[in-house]
Amino acid sequence: MIYENSTTILSVQGLHASINGTEILKGMDLTVKSGEIHAIMGLNGSGKSTFAKVLAGHSAYEVTAGSVQFEGKNLLELPPEERARAGVFLAFQYPIEIPGVANTQFLRLAYNTVQTQRGREELDPLEFDDFVREKMKLLDMKPDFLDRSVNEGFSGGEKKRNEILQMALLEPKLSILDETDSGLDIDALKIVANGVNQLTNKNNATILVTHYQRLLDYIVPDYVHVMQAGRIVMTGGKELALELETRGYDWISTNKHSIAGEVA
Amino acid sequence: MSEIASNDYLECLLKSWSIKPTESQSWLNQLRSQAIDRVSAQKLPTKRDEEWRFTDISSLTHLPYRPSQSECALQASDIEHLYLNEAENSLVFVDGHYSPELSKIVDQAALVIGNLPEFLSTHSATLECHLGQYATFENNVFSALNTAFLRDAALILVPKNVSVTRPIHLLFIATQQEVTSYPRCLLIGETGSNVTIIEDYVALQDATYITNSVTEISLAANAHARHIRVQRENTHAFHFANCAVSLAHASHYQSASISLGSHISRYNLDVRLLDEAAECIIDGLTLISDRQLADTHTCIDHVKPSGTSHQQHKCIVDDSAHAVFNGKIIVRPHAQRTNSSQSSRNLLLSSAAQIDTKPQLEIFADDVKCAHGATVGQLEQEEIFYLESRGLSELAARNLLTYAFGAEIISRIPVTSLRQQLEQAVLNQTQGK
Repeated sequence: MIYENSTTILSVQGLHASINGTEILKGMDLTVKSGEIHAIMGLNGSGKSTFAKVLAGHSAYEVTAGSVQFEGKNLLELPPEERARAGVFLAFQYPIEIPGVANTQFLRLAYNTVQTQRGREELDPLEFDDFVREKMKLLDMKPDFLDRSVNEGFSGGEKKRNEILQMALLEPKLSILDETDSGLDIDALKIVANGVNQLTNKNNATILVTHYQRLLDYIVPDYVHVMQAGRIVMTGGKELALELETRGYDWISTNKHSIAGEVA
Repeated sequence: MSEIASNDYLECLLKSWSIKPTESQSWLNQLRSQAIDRVSAQKLPTKRDEEWRFTDISSLTHLPYRPSQSECALQASDIEHLYLNEAENSLVFVDGHYSPELSKIVDQAALVIGNLPEFLSTHSATLECHLGQYATFENNVFSALNTAFLRDAALILVPKNVSVTRPIHLLFIATQQEVTSYPRCLLIGETGSNVTIIEDYVALQDATYITNSVTEISLAANAHARHIRVQRENTHAFHFANCAVSLAHASHYQSASISLGSHISRYNLDVRLLDEAAECIIDGLTLISDRQLADTHTCIDHVKPSGTSHQQHKCIVDDSAHAVFNGKIIVRPHAQRTNSSQSSRNLLLSSAAQIDTKPQLEIFADDVKCAHGATVGQLEQEEIFYLESRGLSELAARNLLTYAFGAEIISRIPVTSLRQQLEQAVLNQTQGK
């Protein structure tokens, strides 16, 4: 939701980034204020997942120009773990499976690491168990979820719910959900969306990276940005997503005049 | 090594057996003398032998260790930490010799369990049918040596349809320096029986010694056995082990072998699915560092139709250590509808670490399902990034992933206290850096 006088959480200016010498981001600009939900849409290869990973600090991507300020700090000079501790959270498109490590063990380790960095008390296994079970209700998760190995043998929906559970535990300032709707049936999508909606408030912000409009029926964005060839080429309100759904991405190429800001 | 050195070495070993035991059972004397003949006729393997091309054991010729003595100064209190809570029956062998004082046997009524010589007169015919019949020594000098020196042995016979609920612990403790010990195990699972055994090798000293062990397992129709093998010798030890498993109709063998210790270790596991619908699940984990060498050779032989085998072997290798895995799977011409899978996954933690892995499939039937795969690598960047993005440092992420890599095998061991000990061992090693 857009609030008056809200503070800027994220400010991206002229961001360029490459992987293996190939430039993917070619001048990204984006400002996100607290309370807001931004959707970034675009075709495969437009650079939207790269943008998500660059914000989280993936080492395979090299930032060649531009700046990213997160709550006034230079985000680009922080290693990924410090970004996480500072309040940046990336929900992965393809969460990693870690056979041999129980989910509860992993969740508690992540939770306690971040808590300690924020100067708060760690939770012992029993305390954590109560805490996490409460959070799991948000996402309609079965208790056996905790004892299974991290993401191993999880269905697509279970993996995504596990991502949002981590978001609930780590209480980020900025959540970036990378294609969280991919591979979800409609029931799972509703559960995940409901979880996200309960976690958003006027002090945090969310970036939804998605290919389809479907997710936006359930998590209503304040802004919709369209990416093409490594930059945002069009920005609008939630109705822009509907327009894209009916007209397709080709429509953008011929209508760039409506873009707020610069045009290629 | 020269042949002369090798032959001298073996001769020297044989001579060192000054008090050759003679038993009342002529078949056993005969078995031993056949083994002695086979020792004399063979040489120690060298890297020129295909089966030993990665494992150089020439340093053994400098260690013509006499057999260990049967004196034992240990008290139960000295080994309290080695017992496993879950096991009611523990057979304890010190330097290969049975220790009735340290052993605990409660299931004497339901099972045949104890030291082999105690049962030679009462169960002679049965023992003759099994002992030395699976771990053949025709072309295996270590099995031949073990059989030549055969005296004490852990014997477990699970009668027809008997299920032993608690695991049986076979504990082999090394206490003497510069000796060779010859542990031996025989498990006979009769029709429909069910048992779990833990074969556990530990050391209470830090000097060099040699363990040369042989385990034989025979499962009759519908029998189930779980076999957990833990090799945690000290890091100066030489450990040579042969395990041979024979599976009858619809029998089920599940094993997990964990190799942590020894300077040089070699484990040969041979499983033969001799009748239809037999099934085996073979897990292995090698976790070594410094200059350790651990070599695992397995052979799963599908002789009859409709057999199933699933194998997963993992190695975590640090420093200048060297792990070897050779996994042979044979599907004989009549073994149609065999379902077999094998996976060898290996993790290198240092640039000087070395892994040689070789899946070896010999398939002579056409209606079979065989999947195999081998990977050697370092930790995946994506996995590390995932954990970093949750606030873990790169080091913590690497440690957790390395731990997880090993813990996947350990987590399937159904004995809680042992599982915890092994998890701790993996943790110590992975967090040591």
